[in-house]
Amino acid sequence: MAEPRSTAETEQSGASPGPGASRGLSPKSIVIWSLVAIVGAVGWAVLALSRGEEVSAAWMLAAALGSYAIGYRFYSKFIANRVLKVDRTRATPAERLDDGVDFHPTDRRVLFGHHFAAVAGAGPLVGPVLAAQMGYLPGTIWIVAGVIFAGAVQDMVVLFFSTRRNGRSLGQIARDEIGPVGGAAALIAVFAIMIILLAVLALVIVNALAESPWGVFSIGMTIPIALFMGLYLRILRPGRVSEVSLIGVALLLLAIVAGGWVAESSWASTFTLEPGTLVIWMVVYGFLASVLPVWLLLAPRDYLSTFMKIGTVTLLAVGVLIALPNLKMDGITEFASSGTGPVFAGSLFPFVFITIACGALSGFHALISSGTTPKMIQKETQIRTIGYGSMLVESFVAIMALIAACIIEPGLYFAVNSPMGVVGDTVQAASTAVGNLGFSITPEQLAQAAKDVEEQSLLHRTGGAPTFALGMAEIFSAAFGGAAMKAFWYHFAIMFEALFILTTLDAGTRVGRFMLQDMLGNVYKPFKNVSWKPGVWIASAIVVLAWGYFLWVGVHDPLGGINQLFPLFGIANQLLAAVALAVCTTLLIKSGRLKWAWVTGVPLLWDVAVTLTASWQKIFSADPRVGFFTQRAEYQDALDKGLPSFKLAKNREQMETIVTNSTVDGVLSVLFAVLIVVVLFESGRACVKAIRHPETIKVSETPYVESKFVAPASLIATKEEKAELVAAGVGPEGGARKTEERV
Amino acid sequence: MSTAAVRHRLARLRWYVRELTGEAAYDRYVAHTRTHSPDAPVMTRRAFERSRTDAREGDPRQGFRCC
Repeated sequence: MAEPRSTAETEQSGASPGPGASRGLSPKSIVIWSLVAIVGAVGWAVLALSRGEEVSAAWMLAAALGSYAIGYRFYSKFIANRVLKVDRTRATPAERLDDGVDFHPTDRRVLFGHHFAAVAGAGPLVGPVLAAQMGYLPGTIWIVAGVIFAGAVQDMVVLFFSTRRNGRSLGQIARDEIGPVGGAAALIAVFAIMIILLAVLALVIVNALAESPWGVFSIGMTIPIALFMGLYLRILRPGRVSEVSLIGVALLLLAIVAGGWVAESSWASTFTLEPGTLVIWMVVYGFLASVLPVWLLLAPRDYLSTFMKIGTVTLLAVGVLIALPNLKMDGITEFASSGTGPVFAGSLFPFVFITIACGALSGFHALISSGTTPKMIQKETQIRTIGYGSMLVESFVAIMALIAACIIEPGLYFAVNSPMGVVGDTVQAASTAVGNLGFSITPEQLAQAAKDVEEQSLLHRTGGAPTFALGMAEIFSAAFGGAAMKAFWYHFAIMFEALFILTTLDAGTRVGRFMLQDMLGNVYKPFKNVSWKPGVWIASAIVVLAWGYFLWVGVHDPLGGINQLFPLFGIANQLLAAVALAVCTTLLIKSGRLKWAWVTGVPLLWDVAVTLTASWQKIFSADPRVGFFTQRAEYQDALDKGLPSFKLAKNREQMETIVTNSTVDGVLSVLFAVLIVVVLFESGRACVKAIRHPETIKVSETPYVESKFVAPASLIATKEEKAELVAAGVGPEGGARKTEERV
Repeated sequence: MSTAAVRHRLARLRWYVRELTGEAAYDRYVAHTRTHSPDAPVMTRRAFERSRTDAREGDPRQGFRCC
């Protein structure tokens, strides 16, 4: 297809946005949407204007849900019909290439569940919790505005372009559309991000499980449970996923309960592990899990975590609605402007926007939107529901995580989320340290909070999972079960998060290995062969050791691993979003949609501004808390002067550790910044070329084929859509038209 | 709600769960093979499920989960 899309075709597609999509609103819907807008606006007003008193989480829900509804109804519809011009007469890859396995038209409600389960993991539970140190308002605004104008747009537009290209991956599209250099930069970016992502997620788990026999036992039990499920599916009853998942979930709940018994028994000491020991276990687990057959561990674990994910997210939403807790955190804390917060350093702009990635704008989603989903979508008209809609739900999960973090005592929040160097190791020291931060909590309250959830200590449990679990335990015990259930719910939440993360560790290591094998294969051919065992082992070991290194560093960093590494993770994730948005913008321009290029162009500019500012500060800031190289120089200087201890480093060994870590982190920041600039430059060049020489444009879109498929566009079919289904003689899940006449 | 309605709802729920978990993949495969190449041999369920997980082994990017 050397020829740019003809205007005739564009018009044809634009003229058929689907039944029920008539322009102009009926008086009834004007009233309804005005009410929705008012609810949202009142929510925002209460959140923004209340100072010094506790606000009910109901207002946050009103603000978020009201805005989502408006964003979905109006903005996503505008993107689908005016910008992308989704074409209901055009066959999707699922219809054209239907092979019953990889490509098959899947019911939109099923695909929605698939896509949501694939995009939402532990990410939206972590970022918002950390960002709560600046108060609930910055996080809420970014999560809601970010998803409506950037995150959901990215997911939807990538899904659209990938669907028009037979489900090609983001990396392939980048190579095709913005050239080999941009493509290679995108590939390196994905690999680097994967490593940092896995290290940070593993760190979240280590911090949640350290010194917690209950947690270690119940998470440990997920391994035999998954093995059992794997064997059951392979040998006993192949393919019976629902029944084995139900058995698995029952065993999982039993493991959580049993964890409580273990913690009180003489076995407790066996399951009380130090962070350093846990790191070794995680690395060993990561390696074994990624070389074991998929059916034995990964696939069953995936079923378990998907079940838990959908179940718990629903339960949490119900719990929040029943309990409607009060937000105890301030709207905006002083750390927003001073940038001296203990959880992560730096001021509101840019650091809130990189700390909260998943839930607002997550580059990783572009990999899913250009992976399995485009091969399964029935109609182009469903891209809006699947792409935009799923991301809104993930954003809602992020809002719930933020609520969980903001309903616990702020003093407790800071005692849990500050690094050891700040809060110390005793409740007395922590109480004083929290006081110095400007919040108050007594040593007794800290001890009681730990006792309530049957943990030895909650101090410096950074990484977000314990905080989220505390908030969730609060919500659940208020909504169902009462205070007696608090310890159970706390460990349920830890389990819930750990389960995703372990699945991601396994799957991520495999993907990293696959990419590495591909790269190494250019040097030594056999590496490309994925069934060549030595290659698999070597590549897996390299990937595991790479994230294991950062995990080890994170656990032993006197400045706090989350504090140091999380910004890098955020920058990396937003870098991937920049790649995805740059690809989308380039494609919009190349496909003759120049006047709509702002739809992804503006989020791209914002994302680049955020990412580059953050990188700049991480590299050049003169504040040693923020700038890696200043930090390095300061500790190196102290070492040269022969000081026995310096700031948070208690001895010379720790000072040396900080010097090494800051150097590595600083170099990575430089690498990420360079990658962003390369991708931007290359895509900019492709855009300029497309605008100046439209005759040279090569559109790699698959040619138009008329669709015979009939299926509703949104989750709930409209009256017209139902009539169309009946007229076509197909069931509610849609199908190829059986009757000849056209509706 | 009448029993028929309850039964209908339950059937829909079962359908959804089977679709979502991929349990229905085999039925779909059999139906697909039967309609498109009626003479072709059809894998047993066991063999089909094996080939499905083994395909994931070959390319781990299928079914990848996000953070």
